[in-house]
Amino acid sequence: MLHPVRGVSFEVDHGETLCIVGESGCGKSLTALSVMGLLPRNARRSAARLVFAGQDLLGLPERGMADLRGDRLAMVFQEPMTALNPTYTIGNQLVEVLRRHRRVSRGAARDRAVFLLDKVGIPAAASRLRQYPHQLSGGLRQRVMIAMALMCEPDLVVADEPTTALDVTIQAQILRLLADLRREFRMGVILITHDLGIVARVADRVAVMYAGQVVETGTVREVLTDPLHPYTQALLACVPVPGRTRRGERLGSIPGMVPTLIGRLAGCSFRDRCVYAEPACAATDVGFTAVAPGRAYRCLFPPGERTARPPEPVTA
Amino acid sequence: MPAPGPPPALLLDAAAAAPTPAALLRRRTLRHGGIVFGGSALLLILGLALLAPWLAPHDPYDQELSRRMLAAGWHAGGTWAHPLGTDNLGRDYLSRVIYGSRISLLIGVSAMVISGLIGATLGITAGYFGGRTDLAITFLVTTRLSIPVVLVALAVVALVGSSLRVVISVLGFLLWDRFAVVMRSATQQARVLDYVTAAQAAGCSPLRIVLSEILPNTMNHLIVVATLEMAQAILLEAALSFLGLGVQPPLPSWGLMVAEGKQFMFVKPSLIAMPGVALFLLVLSINLLGDGIRDVTAPEARA
Amino acid sequence: MLRYTGKRVLLALLVAATVSLLSFLLLNLAGDLAQAIAGPEARAADVQALRRQLGLDRPVLIRYVEWLGRVVRGDFGESYYFQLPASEVIGERLPVTMTLGGLALGFAVVLAIPLGVLAAVRPNTWLDRLALTLSVVGQAMPSFWFSLMLILLFGVALRWLPITGSDTWAHFVMPAIALGYYATPAFMRLTRTGMLEVLASDYIRTARAKGIRTPRILFKHALRNAIIPVVSLAAVQLGFMLGGSVVIETVFALRGIGFLAWESITRSDFPLVQAIVLILALLYVGLNLLADLLNALLDPRLRVG
Repeated sequence: MLHPVRGVSFEVDHGETLCIVGESGCGKSLTALSVMGLLPRNARRSAARLVFAGQDLLGLPERGMADLRGDRLAMVFQEPMTALNPTYTIGNQLVEVLRRHRRVSRGAARDRAVFLLDKVGIPAAASRLRQYPHQLSGGLRQRVMIAMALMCEPDLVVADEPTTALDVTIQAQILRLLADLRREFRMGVILITHDLGIVARVADRVAVMYAGQVVETGTVREVLTDPLHPYTQALLACVPVPGRTRRGERLGSIPGMVPTLIGRLAGCSFRDRCVYAEPACAATDVGFTAVAPGRAYRCLFPPGERTARPPEPVTA
Repeated sequence: MPAPGPPPALLLDAAAAAPTPAALLRRRTLRHGGIVFGGSALLLILGLALLAPWLAPHDPYDQELSRRMLAAGWHAGGTWAHPLGTDNLGRDYLSRVIYGSRISLLIGVSAMVISGLIGATLGITAGYFGGRTDLAITFLVTTRLSIPVVLVALAVVALVGSSLRVVISVLGFLLWDRFAVVMRSATQQARVLDYVTAAQAAGCSPLRIVLSEILPNTMNHLIVVATLEMAQAILLEAALSFLGLGVQPPLPSWGLMVAEGKQFMFVKPSLIAMPGVALFLLVLSINLLGDGIRDVTAPEARA
Repeated sequence: MLRYTGKRVLLALLVAATVSLLSFLLLNLAGDLAQAIAGPEARAADVQALRRQLGLDRPVLIRYVEWLGRVVRGDFGESYYFQLPASEVIGERLPVTMTLGGLALGFAVVLAIPLGVLAAVRPNTWLDRLALTLSVVGQAMPSFWFSLMLILLFGVALRWLPITGSDTWAHFVMPAIALGYYATPAFMRLTRTGMLEVLASDYIRTARAKGIRTPRILFKHALRNAIIPVVSLAAVQLGFMLGGSVVIETVFALRGIGFLAWESITRSDFPLVQAIVLILALLYVGLNLLADLLNALLDPRLRVG
């Protein structure tokens, strides 16, 4: 049995963007799916608390969840090329979500669709309604997905690596679009990414994930300028940050590999790659240490009390 | 960079404990319900066919008009000398059913071999050479598919005469299409594999490559189709015999027995029930076996 | 799109022509037609006279070209037995076969698709296994035997349905079931596989993320995609059914072209047999063409331009 996600805790507020950042396989997508109730058939979710706008989602049956999805909770997926049904028009798929949750006429729904397509920056929005997904490029399809997520004015949008599959230039556009829309519609956004650059650009708050656990949370400024968890520190050392990294400075790297997720892993999941690791790190499950509201890290030792081991000599 | 891991000795042991691919295959085969059931049923019927002279209580052609239309042994009025009763000419039904297995199996296997040779040759050729050869052969296959097989088979048998040999030939020359289609795609897939390219680079002739590289790797597909086509040949022969244009009386073809019993089906339904059940069991076991072999060796081919 | 269709039509005609050539050759070379018509007791001289009268002493290929020329003009030859144009005799019986084929296909599809959807929604459960078992069992039964069993059950024991003839709709029920059940497994498996594949795709996840409820996801989103190969298969299967209706029609004494073909074979009425083979081949290639067109129609990605 796999335990891809072991300890996740975060909050998102209206009008703020939370970035969940971590490397591939750390469980960020599964966390998002878990919030939405879209886990695959053979996955199980267990949580102490899952509250959305004052409503407890844990006890909510599937019917109730389905009523929330698309209406107040929306999701944008990573791969725009396959996320739309190829046998129905764009218009059909946009209208569908609105008419599912609201009593509106087809005409009114179509009008809203055109309005949103325009808002997300798709040229000739009205004519797009009759087009099929395969007639649009990846960037346009992703915009359609965003428009679709906004049809019912959701309170929370979960975007799972929405720009990873797109060109860099389009990436910037989509991110800017998301930020604008978030401001305009006062939505909460959970943006999942592995790209620290994106985090720096759009996040208000950050949750860093590693091997199924959130290891650090805080505002973007706090986490990026003063990381408290060894993993975050090591991660930032790997990335050149304009303004901070000096020319000629050597970039860091994190030795080792992500641990296997099979079976129950005891202790800190980062211990095998952490320069500060002590024997105690393998023994006890590590809880969150809160420094301030919303600012926490998951380590046995506060930043000041860690001793770095000398790096092991590299054998031939 | 030292990776924390088990000492090498452990790794060696792990490798030694892993079963070989052949052993894995054998294990999966023996566990597959369809293969076990289908295979054993088929072996049983094969045994019946081979041991017919010793197993059948009577001569299947022996007419005893005073004992016509007897009921089965467990009914009143029946006798255990004829455990399944007799037909309208007084022939022992059990013996005829047992001997009938010979005809079905013989025709099934022979037709399958002929159509297999034709179809596999065409399919492999098309898949290996591609291009115009492929187009021509695909055209042939499409043409063959457009032919109403039952009709043409009936017509040819009516013209040429209905002997066992004719029926086998007609079926063999008509039922090769699935062989061709499956072997063509299997060959196409095998052709792009590295060792085929290596053989080509070494200058081997196409025939040699086909025999030594392609055929062994497409054998599992071939076997699966062979079983399915054998089943189809058996059903088709039964249909032809039922319509009077297949195997001729007094041979105990199961299809023919159904036809003979049809005129009495309202008074003695067992006359048509039993050969039908026999056909059903034979075809079912072959199909289960074929499906099972496919599941075990090439599950991606599952339609 | 037009050029694509045009090429396909040309190919279809070529195939039909080849089939006609093959069947012509087969019938004329496999045995002595004149002998077959005259019967085994006829005298050699009579047979020879008959041969000359029917023009059977000329080279095969010339006869084929002549025959083809007539066919193109709509003349499918004349039946020896009925002394009427083949097209007329066939035309009278064709509707019965078409009705039978259509009903059989309908039966197969109505039974198979819901089963396939159910099996895909609950894979590897008892329902799935039941459906698969039914399909394996269905394919092992000889159609003539199944027909007779149906007759015994519904015609004799329960007395619900008439046994022979083709007068009313009730007459077609058992034949349609007997003809259609053989195709049911193929449809069911195809639907199941297609649905399994489609249900795992991203756009279904998107639909769920939109809050669309399960029935609508199944039947609007998933089936619409999974059905595309099934439609193609349906057209092809109909072609097979039309060609394979001989047995069913004979058992149930339905006056369709299958029964006609069998009767003609036993009566050595070979011009009629030839015409029927050609018409069945034409129907088959026509249905294949229809399948291709339906494919393009149903999948927007295939519509070029």
